[in-house]
Amino acid sequence: MRLVTTPSQTVGPYVHIGFDPMTVTDLAKDAAGERIVVAGRVLDGAGQPIPDAVLELWQANAAGRYAHPEDAGSAPLDPAFLGFGRVPTDGDGRFRFTTIRPGAAPGPGNTLQAPHIVVCLFMRGLLRHLFTRIYLEDAPENAGDPILALIDEPARRGTLLARRTAGEAEYRWDIVMQGDRETVFFDV
Amino acid sequence: MADPVGYRRAAPGTQPEWLHPPYRSSVGRAPTRPPVRAPHTISEITGPIFGHDRVGPDEVDLTRQHGAPAIGERIIVGGRVLDEDGRPLPGTLVELWQCNAAGRYRHPLDQHDAPLDPNFTGFGRAIADAEGRYRFVTVRPGAYPWRNHANAWRPAHIHFSLFGPGFVTRLVTQMYFPGDPLLPLDPIFNCVADPVAQQRLIAAFDLESTVPEVALGYRWDIVLRGRAATPMER
Ligand SMILES: [Fe+2]
Repeated sequence: MRLVTTPSQTVGPYVHIGFDPMTVTDLAKDAAGERIVVAGRVLDGAGQPIPDAVLELWQANAAGRYAHPEDAGSAPLDPAFLGFGRVPTDGDGRFRFTTIRPGAAPGPGNTLQAPHIVVCLFMRGLLRHLFTRIYLEDAPENAGDPILALIDEPARRGTLLARRTAGEAEYRWDIVMQGDRETVFFDV
Repeated sequence: MADPVGYRRAAPGTQPEWLHPPYRSSVGRAPTRPPVRAPHTISEITGPIFGHDRVGPDEVDLTRQHGAPAIGERIIVGGRVLDEDGRPLPGTLVELWQCNAAGRYRHPLDQHDAPLDPNFTGFGRAIADAEGRYRFVTVRPGAYPWRNHANAWRPAHIHFSLFGPGFVTRLVTQMYFPGDPLLPLDPIFNCVADPVAQQRLIAAFDLESTVPEVALGYRWDIVLRGRAATPMER
């Protein structure tokens, strides 16, 4: 007999009590690969910053391999890299984390997924978390990415592209919950 | 390489919609466009696996994390972490947070006029054992007011966070207590349309885990998404 899944409930306004003990804003530490910084803001439907959001991050290592037994790929594991981050927003809705540029990972069929970071977003007001993805605007693989291709309106794909800021290995990426610039979220 | 076997999608009504107007905070934060349906790739079926080294010995007993015992009715909350097929999910990291017995969180934003307990932080953490079991000792949390609507009170609840085998099995939820008269009035509890799924949020009093002379036991099993098909034996 199949069991019904336990429903999700909001993290509420006091999420920090539960999440702060495992905050990870530097995913890179001693891992191999190119260090990058991703920073941005989380904004609500009125354009106001959201100070009580938490982003959880999951990504492959520099070679495109996930630190998980179900990734049976041939790319090497990096014992220094887990690929998990947990990043809260501050009072102005800002977040910032350091990681390594993920490698490309296999996609459905024989496709290749462009380098990306999976984001699981929590906040007061969300009864259920939301999944989205960060892609890097300067990655040539983006053009062939099978998940970006699922977004019907090409203009909305841009909401998932982190933009390189002048001269630095730093990218800017905002999350907008509602409106013209509403971020694409995934039903996964 | 063959495509990965994904996880099951929620049956209609068994998980909340993002927009639920009776819960006011959802109005300005729920996305207005439907999420884009996407397959489960290697990025979704994998996820962080945390070892037992993540959990300290005092983290499963919230009543003994300070110099003196926490104030309040001591309770035991335990159960199993399962998938939809009833299989235990050993190794699942379970994080828990809650207010104290008076209904006050140890958080700068909580200004409810109820006393803080210097001997209660309200945070616990456990790793499910080989049978998927977890067990916490804590105090029964108080009800507390919030400003969602006139005379609004949250039913007593404990926040739970679980990492299952993959990133898409992630779950953050709240556990409630049986017979709480505030449950029918709570917009958060009532965001779940399916009555069977909603009952999953309520723990059961459990004489078996009740410790004589010490504490009442509550049993709460947590069910995470299961596989759309059985993965091939490896
Ligand atoms: Fe709460």
